[in-house]
Amino acid sequence: MRDATEAAALEPGSGLGDDARNPGPAKQSDTHSMARVYTRRFFRHRLAAAGLVVLVLVTLSAILAPYMTQDPNALSASERKAAPSLAHWFGTDEAGRDILARTLHGGRISIAVGLIATGISLLIGTLVGAVAGYFGGLVDAALMRLTDAFLCFPQLFVLIVFGTLIRTTELRVLQGNMIPIAIIIGLLSWMGLARIVRATFLALREQDYVEAARSVGAGNGRIMLRHVLPGAVGPIVVQATLLIAVTIITESGLSYLGFGVQPPTSSWGNLLEGAKPFLQTLPVYAIAPGMMIFLTVMSINFVGDGLRDALDPHSRH
Amino acid sequence: MGGYILRRALGAIPLLLFVSIVVYGLLELSPGGPTSMYMRRGTGMSAADLAQVEASLGLNDPLYIQYSRWLGKVVQGDFGMATTSSRPVSDEILDRLPNTLYLMGVAWVVTMLIAIPIGILSAVKQYSKFDHLVTAMTFVGQSIPSFFLGLILLLVFYMRLDNPFTGGPLLPSGGVKTIGQTLTGWDMIKDRVLHLILPVTMLAATWIAWYSRFLRASMLETIHLDYIRTGRAKGLTERIVILRHAFRNAAIPLVTLMALDLPLLFTGALFAEVIFSWPGMGRLFFQAAERRDYGLLMAIIMITSFLIILANLLADIAYRLLDPRIKLR
Repeated sequence: MRDATEAAALEPGSGLGDDARNPGPAKQSDTHSMARVYTRRFFRHRLAAAGLVVLVLVTLSAILAPYMTQDPNALSASERKAAPSLAHWFGTDEAGRDILARTLHGGRISIAVGLIATGISLLIGTLVGAVAGYFGGLVDAALMRLTDAFLCFPQLFVLIVFGTLIRTTELRVLQGNMIPIAIIIGLLSWMGLARIVRATFLALREQDYVEAARSVGAGNGRIMLRHVLPGAVGPIVVQATLLIAVTIITESGLSYLGFGVQPPTSSWGNLLEGAKPFLQTLPVYAIAPGMMIFLTVMSINFVGDGLRDALDPHSRH
Repeated sequence: MGGYILRRALGAIPLLLFVSIVVYGLLELSPGGPTSMYMRRGTGMSAADLAQVEASLGLNDPLYIQYSRWLGKVVQGDFGMATTSSRPVSDEILDRLPNTLYLMGVAWVVTMLIAIPIGILSAVKQYSKFDHLVTAMTFVGQSIPSFFLGLILLLVFYMRLDNPFTGGPLLPSGGVKTIGQTLTGWDMIKDRVLHLILPVTMLAATWIAWYSRFLRASMLETIHLDYIRTGRAKGLTERIVILRHAFRNAAIPLVTLMALDLPLLFTGALFAEVIFSWPGMGRLFFQAAERRDYGLLMAIIMITSFLIILANLLADIAYRLLDPRIKLR
């Protein structure tokens, strides 16, 4: 962490940063001014700011989808594969369902999967990394071997097998539901986070202030939560943000192959799958969900990059 | 070095065992198990016959005995039969492997030929227009889902654009070669290359983004080191300083990254193979999943996991071989 402090101090044009990051007597206004410094650094990254705007719009469109669009599952025999029109901005699919409505509703599912899966990863990754890094020794060795073990499975292949199991066993009742998919993706995505959290905890636990906390009788749990974890928040936030993008792509890919969220529930991935046979006649059917994934993922990547600059300047290239 | 390799190889054994136990557990979970084939096909077997089959396959033995029998065969390369084709799993895999190696090999060479110059140039000309363009492109390449890119390529180059001479589609929609035609010599090569263009573009687009960005970062770290200044001070040309002094060192982490990506050569790019009907490993896995051929699925997962472990080992060894500053423990 001393490295990070120095890096921040050396960084040109962040005079405010030095003050906030230098270990010293805590000031009343520290949290406040640090938040301002971080916000300023984040918005200096113009692409990150743009990404945030797009992301807010995409999220709003997903949240408000039920109020803005027609029923995504309403069939219409007279309007099958209709070209874009005022009534159906993106046209209709092979069953006469409104493509715009299905795309926006698909966003609800895809974004929810991304958030739930990331949440699960965040929980497991932080817990494993924190315990391993804080206690070290045998605990660390055992937990890191476990992490290695999870890393040696080809993630997509394992997900497809789970998808097959869900489709073909008693679990079939769950197949229109995105929760099991989100949970499985989350259970298979925490390893990178665990490694980063561990590295940060390893470095921070040697700091004097941790020693000081221990000397006044703070227990391990309290030290980890109140003293070490705050120092690791930067890398965790950056990593978790990027992970949302990764999990959204994973879900889309899985659903595109037909092993993720099953129709008629729409997700961006299974919309793309449904659109493939009509690529020639109705390209907008595929382009709408595809562009939504692309825009969302790219915005998240920009935001992640901006957060890295703001919160974790040491790891900047 | 030898001792180090041996120690690391031994350290991989628990991982391999762990993988095999998980894979076997998933096999047990799969519906029906090995006898489902008889039941599904409606062979009119009685319950007694079925019990007989189960006994002869050793399915009544305790789980750990079944597991060790299975593991014993796997170690000898016997993954059993693929349920749907009734062929040995190893045959199925060996049929598909060359196609995947071929596609991946070409995509990999194309990636390196483009990513390395781009990475070096954008680092040397940091913050130039070129560098900004590259950075923007890498963000696009990293963010576009490969399957969406594949569909777009299909839409543009197969469905929309026509070949001005024949009037047919500009590029074929998939497969390794045109089926039903025996081409020779130049025509055959042309046919093969045409079939490669779309899947290779789809694969390389993402890889170029990752590799060039990685190399740029690595070059930027090296370029500001003292020995680079020394090189310039003693009058070496910029070309030699960059290519021979900076790039060689910046390439060390790149080699590690390549080693880590080796399993891809085997697993193939599932999406590219599925979208462009490429008869490789990725598509084999996809088809096995559609047919619920758990034996085949698990064999491929098992082999892939082994390769990932091996690739990690190779990456560590390569890193230590190339960078003498890292002491062997």
